[in-house]
Amino acid sequence: MSLLFRNRETEAGARKRHKLPWFRRLIMLPVHHLQQAVASLGELWRNPFASLLTMAVLGLSLTLPSALYVLVKNTATISGEWQQASQMSLFLRKDINTQAIDTLKTQWSLKPEIDEVTLISKEQGLKDFRQLSGFGETLDYLEENPLPDVLLVIPAEGFRSPQAAKRLLSELEQAREVDFGKLDVEWLERLQALLDLAKDILGGLAFLLCLSVVLIVGNTIRLNILSQREEIIVMKLVGATNAFIQRPFLYTGVWYGFIGGILAWFATALLIWWIESSVVAVTDLYETQFQLAGLNFNEMLAIWLIAIVLGLAGSYIAVRRHIKSIEPQ
Amino acid sequence: MIRFDQVSKTYPGGHQALSQVDFHIQPGEMAFLTGHSGAGKSTLLKLISIMERPTAGRVMINGNDLRKIKPSQIPFVRRDIGMIFQDHRLLMDKSVFDNVALPLVIEGYSVQEARKRVLAALEKVGLGDKYRHYPQMLSGGEQQRVGIARAIVNKPPLLLADEPTGNLDPKLSMEIIRLFESFNKVGVAVLIATHDLGLIARLKYRTLTLKEGRLINDGLEEEQAL
Repeated sequence: MSLLFRNRETEAGARKRHKLPWFRRLIMLPVHHLQQAVASLGELWRNPFASLLTMAVLGLSLTLPSALYVLVKNTATISGEWQQASQMSLFLRKDINTQAIDTLKTQWSLKPEIDEVTLISKEQGLKDFRQLSGFGETLDYLEENPLPDVLLVIPAEGFRSPQAAKRLLSELEQAREVDFGKLDVEWLERLQALLDLAKDILGGLAFLLCLSVVLIVGNTIRLNILSQREEIIVMKLVGATNAFIQRPFLYTGVWYGFIGGILAWFATALLIWWIESSVVAVTDLYETQFQLAGLNFNEMLAIWLIAIVLGLAGSYIAVRRHIKSIEPQ
Repeated sequence: MIRFDQVSKTYPGGHQALSQVDFHIQPGEMAFLTGHSGAGKSTLLKLISIMERPTAGRVMINGNDLRKIKPSQIPFVRRDIGMIFQDHRLLMDKSVFDNVALPLVIEGYSVQEARKRVLAALEKVGLGDKYRHYPQMLSGGEQQRVGIARAIVNKPPLLLADEPTGNLDPKLSMEIIRLFESFNKVGVAVLIATHDLGLIARLKYRTLTLKEGRLINDGLEEEQAL
């Protein structure tokens, strides 16, 4: 494109210049991008130490949130399993007879929200209590059985979350025969709250680390730009646009993210492998079978993408600030 | 081709580099710009390539007012102007071929097309066999010719040279000037800034003389009242 000489291309002699047809320019565009991407990779190769440091910082910064993410994910899975076991006890009024209890039990068993209803009669309850409490014969002095009949209700799948189970409990408590109900979800809620806290901390930490990655990449690219000051000035003198000059630096940032992301995969896998044995040791104490799940394919892809975007963002910031400021004097 | 209309340039700090400079260089003309160091030669060239903007007056190239050129358009203006520098401004870590190809790469030429033009430009400056060399391996005169090849490779209608013979002996200087003459013969306008009065005296070209920012003479060197 010629600004000052509109018809420069068609003029004779020294002014003659063949204009490239537009479709060839269009075809050349991705080819140029690819060339520049490969060229900036070559540039990294020529100065491997500095770029490797930046990539390592990028990768390791992403490793910490990734590993924490894996832990939170696994904890969520475990607590999910525990929540499945939530059952509720409904204490019945003492003045109702066995027949009414049986009716209630059958009624509830038919509800779609309920998986299973078990009756613990007051006699059974007293027997269990005698056995477990160790009061033994002391209980014989009681004139009558103080315990009520209890219906143990296990909610159906989909009604086992603390909220749903609570709703079901208050619904069941409405029944005339029920004195009161009890659902031990408080510890579940506490666990949930802790998990949410861990997630928030993870989010904050990930944000800060991502920010520092952007700044570190930006600083490295800034140094790259300053070290190529002369070259940039020459390019500007012969008519290079800022977009043209900044492209290789942007690609450098992308490569930092590309390789840093792969480093993050390996470092995360290593970290997970490192803590896995101690995690399994802990879960063994609770006599549960537990397998620590690592990153799946989508999560790895996401980490890679985040790394690349961070690399690009860092270099973009540096490029925006510094390429414009370098002008031939 | 290049028209200066009452152009003044005052740098921040108060130094007045040019005051009310007025001249017109015709298309296809070759002219020298001379004066002592600090007379404003470099500033004048910088106003043409928009490395600086005038404080007052206006600079026109081919009828286009440079005041209307936005910063984002400056690169495209520079593509129409071949610039040659005293210190050649070559990229030392790139081969001669890559140096000369730079303007074409920037404009997005294909490799084959660029190759043809680069080799033709190097042939023209007499360095056809040295395209694989690096600038350090060349003599000062040869480096300057690489700079010239880079300036003409995209066939600009206008060449600006800032002290192109500054570091060269008279024989090499004359060779460089002959090169400019050959481009001028095919219609390129050439403006050469130099303080080498001996060189100018041997040639019959229009000479603009600057003194302390003023244009004190515009004409043939021999017409000057010395």
